[in-house]
Amino acid sequence: MTAEEITATVLEVLGQIAPEADLTQLRPDVAIRDQLDIDSMDFLNFVIALHERLHIDIPETDYPKVATLSGCVAYLAARAL
Amino acid sequence: MPILGADMTAGTLVVWRKQPGDRVEKGDIVAEVETEKGLIEVEVFTSGVIERLLVEPGTKVPVGTPLAIIREDGAPTAVAGAASAAALAEAPPVTSPPVETVRARISPAARKRAAELGVDLATVRATGPGGAMTREDVERAATSAAAPAQPTPVRPAGMRQVIAAAMSRSKREIPHYYLSTSIDMYQAMRWLTDENGRRSVADRLLYGVLLIKAVALALREVPELNATWSGSQAVPSDAIHVGVAISLRHGGLVAPALHHTDRQSLDELMRHLRDLTARARAGSLRSSELSDSTITVTSIGDAGVETVFGIIYPPQVAIVGFGRVAERPWAVGGQVVSRPVVNATLSADHRVTDGHRGSRFLLAVNRLLQEPSQL
Repeated sequence: MTAEEITATVLEVLGQIAPEADLTQLRPDVAIRDQLDIDSMDFLNFVIALHERLHIDIPETDYPKVATLSGCVAYLAARAL
Repeated sequence: MPILGADMTAGTLVVWRKQPGDRVEKGDIVAEVETEKGLIEVEVFTSGVIERLLVEPGTKVPVGTPLAIIREDGAPTAVAGAASAAALAEAPPVTSPPVETVRARISPAARKRAAELGVDLATVRATGPGGAMTREDVERAATSAAAPAQPTPVRPAGMRQVIAAAMSRSKREIPHYYLSTSIDMYQAMRWLTDENGRRSVADRLLYGVLLIKAVALALREVPELNATWSGSQAVPSDAIHVGVAISLRHGGLVAPALHHTDRQSLDELMRHLRDLTARARAGSLRSSELSDSTITVTSIGDAGVETVFGIIYPPQVAIVGFGRVAERPWAVGGQVVSRPVVNATLSADHRVTDGHRGSRFLLAVNRLLQEPSQL
């Protein structure tokens, strides 16, 4: 899977969780939760959806590594087949 | 038409899920109604056979209006949809203009199209023969509504009014008292981290579930906080149905009930909370979830402030608030250490309880959270 494909998947999942958000304005190096109105339930749903799509189980201890869009894509790219 | 919130005065019947002759069991969903809180699934409160439907889809009727006639098992005819006597007694005087109860003349094609487009029939101007509403009227309304890209099942302006009415009534009628305590969450968070470390992502718990369960168990010790105010006295509730405040993306909030909260395991509560949150945001809650809560918990979440002082949701007599769990200096055995701490608050009705009992309740919540594996 390419980084572009992973980015598209992450944005698609975010779009489902925060349908009102304009994701084209999302800054890649700023925490997603600071930019979108996302609570802990939304974030859990985000991680669950990534697991369903990409079969990558992100442990809780790694949540800080997937906090930004660029961090999340890099994390997933390193583990995606 | 059931009352689905302290200040709901009317609702629009959108669709019948059952037809005359159908057998229904208590708890079955018989209809969907549109309210300021979104599309609500109406559950039937008795078992029997539907004899007649009394309200046509698309009709807005006041709370308490019978929706259907059900022949109960081994009994004469019962009227379904009228709120229970207790709920009716709680209904506030109607201050808004009288609700339109005359049945609108709507063509079947228009009704079908409205359902497809998500158009509220109450907002459509009818131009057909004899004032009937046509399919074209519905389509015009749909386009002129400047529909946003995403459907918005909940209308924020209407919901704002409902919240305003309920909260104004609360502040007008309920003499609140407020208590607060800081709770060391070290044990709870450590237990949760261990537990979630062993679980796959879909089975992980949020700490909010521990807070809700601790509240439910503490209510067994101070049951007078688990009650509703009726007329001039508090009516204690045998069942503990904790309402959880869920904020909605387009503004506003709802507080649907987690039924029998004290009897659910943490896993069951987590599953139900996820389901409830998703349905609250999609605008598809059930009638019992909006009318059954015996107390409310509002948790500000881990991106919020440290303390929240809630306003009681009538006819309940208490609301429990939790701020963010934050690392703070904490004295343990003569040493100052860093600990995750949450501020828990209780807003309670002084007509029903006093600070002494309220204090006992918050201390019980604290004690229960020190033994998370027992929750």
